[in-house]
Amino acid sequence: MNLLSVSSPHLTRTGGTGDVMLLVILATLPGLTALTYFFGWGNLINVVWATTIAVASEALILKLRGRSLGFYLRDYSAVVTGVLLGLALPPFAPWWLTLVAVSFAIIIAKHLYGGLGNNLFNPAMIGYALVLIAFPVEMTSWIAPRSLASATGEIAPFVDTLNVIFPFHSTTTFDAMTMATPLDAFKHKGDLTAEQVWAAEAVLSAKSWMAWQFVSLGYLIGGAYLLYRKVFTWHAPISMLLTLALISAAFWLYAPNSFASPQLHLLGGATMLAAFFIITDPVTSATSVKGKLIYGGLIGLLIFMIRTWGNYPDAVAFSVLLMNFAAPFIDIYSQPRTYGHKIHK
Amino acid sequence: MNRGLRDFHGGIHPPENKDLSTQVAIETAPIPDKLVLPLQQHVGQQSKALVSEGDYVLKGQLIAAAEGYVSTALHAPTSGVIASIQNASIPHPSGLSGSCIIIESDRKDEWGKRLQPLDYEKVDVSELLKRIREAGIAGLGGAGFPTSVKLNPSAENTIVTLIINAAECEPYITADDMLMRERSEQVIKGIQIIAHMLKPVGCLPVECLIGIEDNKPEAAETLEQTVKQLHLEHEISVVRIPTKYPSGGEKQLIQILTGKEVPNGGIPADVGIVCQNLGTAVAVYKAVALGEPLISRITTLTGRALEHPKNLEVLIGTPIRSLLNHCGLQQIKLNRLIIGGPMMGVTINDLDTPIIKSTNCVLASTSEELPNPTPQQACIRCGMCAEACPASLLPQQLYWYSKTKDFDKALNHNLLDCIECGACTYVCPSHIPLVQYYRFAKGEIRAQEHDHTKSEHAKQRFEARQHRLAEEAAQKEAKRRERSKAAKLRQQKATIPPHNSESESNSEDKAAVIQAALERVKSKKDKTSKLTPEVSNGSAAREEE
Repeated sequence: MNLLSVSSPHLTRTGGTGDVMLLVILATLPGLTALTYFFGWGNLINVVWATTIAVASEALILKLRGRSLGFYLRDYSAVVTGVLLGLALPPFAPWWLTLVAVSFAIIIAKHLYGGLGNNLFNPAMIGYALVLIAFPVEMTSWIAPRSLASATGEIAPFVDTLNVIFPFHSTTTFDAMTMATPLDAFKHKGDLTAEQVWAAEAVLSAKSWMAWQFVSLGYLIGGAYLLYRKVFTWHAPISMLLTLALISAAFWLYAPNSFASPQLHLLGGATMLAAFFIITDPVTSATSVKGKLIYGGLIGLLIFMIRTWGNYPDAVAFSVLLMNFAAPFIDIYSQPRTYGHKIHK
Repeated sequence: MNRGLRDFHGGIHPPENKDLSTQVAIETAPIPDKLVLPLQQHVGQQSKALVSEGDYVLKGQLIAAAEGYVSTALHAPTSGVIASIQNASIPHPSGLSGSCIIIESDRKDEWGKRLQPLDYEKVDVSELLKRIREAGIAGLGGAGFPTSVKLNPSAENTIVTLIINAAECEPYITADDMLMRERSEQVIKGIQIIAHMLKPVGCLPVECLIGIEDNKPEAAETLEQTVKQLHLEHEISVVRIPTKYPSGGEKQLIQILTGKEVPNGGIPADVGIVCQNLGTAVAVYKAVALGEPLISRITTLTGRALEHPKNLEVLIGTPIRSLLNHCGLQQIKLNRLIIGGPMMGVTINDLDTPIIKSTNCVLASTSEELPNPTPQQACIRCGMCAEACPASLLPQQLYWYSKTKDFDKALNHNLLDCIECGACTYVCPSHIPLVQYYRFAKGEIRAQEHDHTKSEHAKQRFEARQHRLAEEAAQKEAKRRERSKAAKLRQQKATIPPHNSESESNSEDKAAVIQAALERVKSKKDKTSKLTPEVSNGSAAREEE
């Protein structure tokens, strides 16, 4: 008789890691939709382009490592990295910038560490940090939202956008339309008071600011969906958002004219994307409940510190990478109390 | 009853599949031609066979005795002839065989001398303990711990709560469910006896809680009615607990019902609790009130490879094959045969493996209901396992430590507190067989500890020897000194003339010693010179060869 001989448990839930990753990709849709609606086709093209590079890089390395392509590509982790970078990079980032960021993320930050599950750093953030340091000009020019882009309130046509990103046949430029991000504008406010900056900067005008808030709202909705589907727990995102909100509120209340408001911190940059799509990457974050609270909280703190006193207007990538360093250490000291044990040593 | 129930950490809700086997009443399985009775059906020392090949035994006759305190007796489940005592397949995860008594039944099912029924209120507790031991009762819930040992807690522990585990949280299994529905009076009377035994003289009666998952409303209602009929409302409470696996784990059930935790490395009695399985209570009732030893039990025969899944009252030792055939086994569909439930059960390959005292379920599953394991994907540390772990461990960390054989860290993360319930493996999206990794690590740690104790013993032996040798040498030295001192004194006394200065006597002493030594050397030399020719001859001979 040929019966299966295995040890218990014999029952497992259906669904795999690939399904989890697909949920994450699905949850980016509200944010991507908002981005596309307000800022044009750029990010959508970036997402497609970045995903293509990510999958190609992953396939290349899997081939070199002699792994089964079908099995490993179906965990969709490379697609997630591609999508996240496509969302994070500026809408008109040239094709080679995305290529550098994504291929570095997949090949160096992920596979040289041993592939999915073994990487110490968040691959997307490594890719982002690399191009942020190497190509600061390209990385800090965002574009104006639709209401400010043209008199008619139209976004740039798809073909034009494609030509800007892949400038092989055309010399289209969108110089007139580039614009700083809200955080960038505030960062370089000089001697102006907060009130004056909000009045002076186009990006902080009511219409523009609304666009930015909608994008953040999109990520928040996606994050809430992932929480509802139990893809991750609330601990890291809420800890991060709460810490950032509280600290920025404290400084802002103390000196409202010099410090950015909590609203600007929470909705004006990549904060929501970071809270629900970046720091929730389980591979590179702390793993216990207590650990996630610490991990998220410290990322919130670092984001505030770097934005306020550092050289970069947004600070998600560096904050996350710094805490990636600390995650294994946090893990050691944040074990939960095991059943039947007294307070943990 | 409205109690403040606590929740335990984690847990899962796998598909229950219980109604497969609750459609029909408990049936009595036919007596098989051959019964296989392993001598090891319990935790502890193997029983010692009292019969030999060719002996005729009657139903209920003692055929193997308990060997040591933690052990159980074994009785013939039916009348017949001892065919042999030999190694045969037993339900054990190792898949190894064990020593078994094999009885060929004569189909007469003739009872031998029964034990005297006892009135539990009139006899001494020690008498009841003796009876339970004589009846060969070991926990019927799965682990098979000898019941008499569990019901005899050490004097330091005052038992305040008796918990009857009727949670039956594993999917598919319905043996306790059906037992409660159909034989609730035996259940309650058994519980009464156990509660009586745990109550020390002059103390308050123990609180008695029956923990039952709320997916068995019919059973719970029947029990409640019986409790009312017997006017025991003040002594026994039926407590419905939320259905969640593994609520029937002893530690988890204690946590749910009392909020207490069994301390690390301890037993429930340390927090004043004794936990017994429901089926065990019935066995106790039969042993005490009817004088029947444990020779049969209710076992669930289920799974989609069976045409008629149901609960059977089976004789201990019945080969599973005959039960499967009785329930309409569809051989072609059978893919995985499990003793126990799908979460913690043990697969078997040999259909002649017998039902033992702790076999609550036989699950004959198809490849559709329990698919073959899929290839493992990378661990992404998503932490779903940690959310599911009823012991509040970090399975994702234990996985890495087990995989990399970093056993110190695994122990530091309390690997040994893992109860192997399988909740982590159930939820893992990467299909990592986590429990298997932990079993491997635990095994390695045990082996290492074993080696360590062995080398520790060797070291102790060596050191003790060194110490003894040193002591002997020291004693010799002391004796020698004493002798020389005595000799000196004697000499001093003998050569008392006052003009002899001390230095002179010393030099004389030395001269005497030197003289003696020289003589010894000389005599030795003589001996060697006598020996030498032979030795040289010998070596010469060797050279010639």
